[in-house]
Amino acid sequence: MREKATVLNADDIERIIKRISHEIVERNKGSENLIFIGIQKKGVPLAKRIKESIEKITNSEIKLGKLDISFYRDDVNEKIKSDVNITDIPFEIKGKDIILVDDVLFTGRTIRAAMDAIMDFGRPQSIQLVVLIDRGHRELPIRADYVGKNLPTSLNEFVEVKLSETDNEDKVTICWI
Amino acid sequence: MVEKKDILNLDKFSIKEINDLMNMADSFTEILKRDVKKVPVLRGKTIINLFFEPSTRTKVSFEIAAKRLSADLINFSPNLSSLKKGESEIDTLKTINAMKIDLVIIRHSDSGYINYFAKNIPVPVINAGDGKHEHPTQALLDLYTIYKNFSKLEGLKVAIVGDILNSRVARSDIKLFNKMGLDVKVVAPSMLIPQNFSCFNAKIHSNIEEVISEADVLYMLRMQFERQDKKFYPSTKEYNEFLSLNLSRLNKMKKDSIIMHPGPVNRGIEISDEVMEMQEIVKDKIKINTQVANGVAVRMAVLYYALS
Repeated sequence: MREKATVLNADDIERIIKRISHEIVERNKGSENLIFIGIQKKGVPLAKRIKESIEKITNSEIKLGKLDISFYRDDVNEKIKSDVNITDIPFEIKGKDIILVDDVLFTGRTIRAAMDAIMDFGRPQSIQLVVLIDRGHRELPIRADYVGKNLPTSLNEFVEVKLSETDNEDKVTICWI
Repeated sequence: MVEKKDILNLDKFSIKEINDLMNMADSFTEILKRDVKKVPVLRGKTIINLFFEPSTRTKVSFEIAAKRLSADLINFSPNLSSLKKGESEIDTLKTINAMKIDLVIIRHSDSGYINYFAKNIPVPVINAGDGKHEHPTQALLDLYTIYKNFSKLEGLKVAIVGDILNSRVARSDIKLFNKMGLDVKVVAPSMLIPQNFSCFNAKIHSNIEEVISEADVLYMLRMQFERQDKKFYPSTKEYNEFLSLNLSRLNKMKKDSIIMHPGPVNRGIEISDEVMEMQEIVKDKIKINTQVANGVAVRMAVLYYALS
């Protein structure tokens, strides 16, 4: 896989986290009723960063859950997935405003699966979606509420998100397949 | 065409694949703790439970596992079927196959029948008990139960006690435990040891007292009276003397060691009444019900594996 271009560097990502944190606080008039859920894998560290940033802004404590959507996918017959990650939502989500976080928004199928999974845990007041990159090509009527960067891509391009928690650096690149 | 994923035994599974299945079972264990204990991953799949031999826990366990994954499961009862009218088993299977089933779970008392069955049907077949041969999902849930208890496998000492000769659980367990690096011993009199047992990597003892104080896992097998065409043991009294788990032997066990049994327990034979009655009090030690609970998550992993 040949690297094509760096889309975001570490400073860009940090600024985006700060900006989105403020947007979330503004739109929800604080952070009292918020719960963060990160989609495995890259959504989890992103959710943690935004959550911690908001905790500083509003001087509060916010809960963070992890969600693996393997068993809610609509394409099990096409892909075999043996590395299933943990789901950990050890608190009540009924009536809460959920901030759902993922790294890249593409077809929308992951988010559809994540929303189904969340509904099995309880009935939240609302679900708002945060993504670091929106690369287009939606196959379902799904949109993000908070977008780090809109990145028009073609279908034979691949967006790679690296985060220091898992890859030792913060960087988003766009590559040819 | 992709090869269908039968699970007749675990021989062809690598250590990594076994670990993957156990990780998957972990994910399913989490789902079983939720309010809505169901995920849609196998929606639209049809599974048939084909039990030619009686079963409580395995049959119900597979049924719950399939339903938790949103598959449709049909229970087939040979006693109420056209088999009673003289239809052959292979014709019964072809009839069932014509109904577009996605997966067959099967138990049969004739050793090897399931392999023959699997060769003649184009969908995945899961062995839920093959005569005296293999019981792979029991072995997986036993391994998973041990792993969840000790958080490791390598080097643990397991003693499997009782009717090795007639037990498919023993065969599947010994092979899987050896593969995963456990140290396996068996305790049984020579008439309950199969011929050519030397091909299994397990030392043979004849008295439970020889292993009781060193075993991390004491695995008590059920006496398989239904498979014993002659009397293998002179008396219950003698069985009790050499092979049974009673209160005084329970007290000799290592701290942190556990007791397992595939069920159903013949009380007063493998395990004494007193010990069975202590299950609630010493539930960190007696894992029989934990095995049953883990069975559902492990079978969910197996069904997911076979159908994805």
